Amino acid sequence: MNYRLLYFASLCDAAGRSRESVASDARDALALYTEIAARHGFTSRPERLRVAVNGEFAEWNRPLADGDEIAFLPPVSGG
Amino acid sequence: MFSLSESGIDPARLRRELESPSAGAVVCFEGRVRDHNDGRAVRGLSYEAYADLALAEGQRIVEEAARRFAVQRIACVHRVGDLALGEMAVWVGVSAGHRAEAFDACRYVIDEVKARVPIWKREHYVDGASGWLHP
Repeated sequence: MNYRLLYFASLCDAAGRSRESVASDARDALALYTEIAARHGFTSRPERLRVAVNGEFAEWNRPLADGDEIAFLPPVSGG
Repeated sequence: MFSLSESGIDPARLRRELESPSAGAVVCFEGRVRDHNDGRAVRGLSYEAYADLALAEGQRIVEEAARRFAVQRIACVHRVGDLALGEMAVWVGVSAGHRAEAFDACRYVIDEVKARVPIWKREHYVDGASGWLHP
């Protein structure tokens, strides 16, 4: 499967990019995060993050489809 | 409605859009860039947003507040990009028939925006360092 990933804030810094396309066998958001975290050296545990799929918040066990856009979201700090 | 702005917020223009003859109360909150945080001297901030989701979640919050409280109009604008000390980072305005509902709805919107909307703050410190806040 091919996924489009978006990175924000500290995860963008750690990945050294704000977006990328990846080919992965991961079938849900948690498996994909585990794989990507290892590749980029992300230290945030998934319990600290939220995930969004195709522009909407999603659960970590959300099944992914080819071409999905996934964002791993660090704790927010607006305001 | 909720929006993001890459340029300075104009509260006078936003406030005018809340007015109506039956609005006995208009409550506005202005969040400003502060010169210190957690014991460190701050010289400025940068905000980054996941714009599509921030707009959707911000709009959900405004609609929740409109359902929960007897208010007339609600608007919220959050800045993105680089901000100097004293600049307005976020503005919330509510009009209502009476003040209690206007205060309550304004408080609800700012509290939920801070907790839920995917916007991140990077503080730039006087000592030259900078860092993302991930509370």
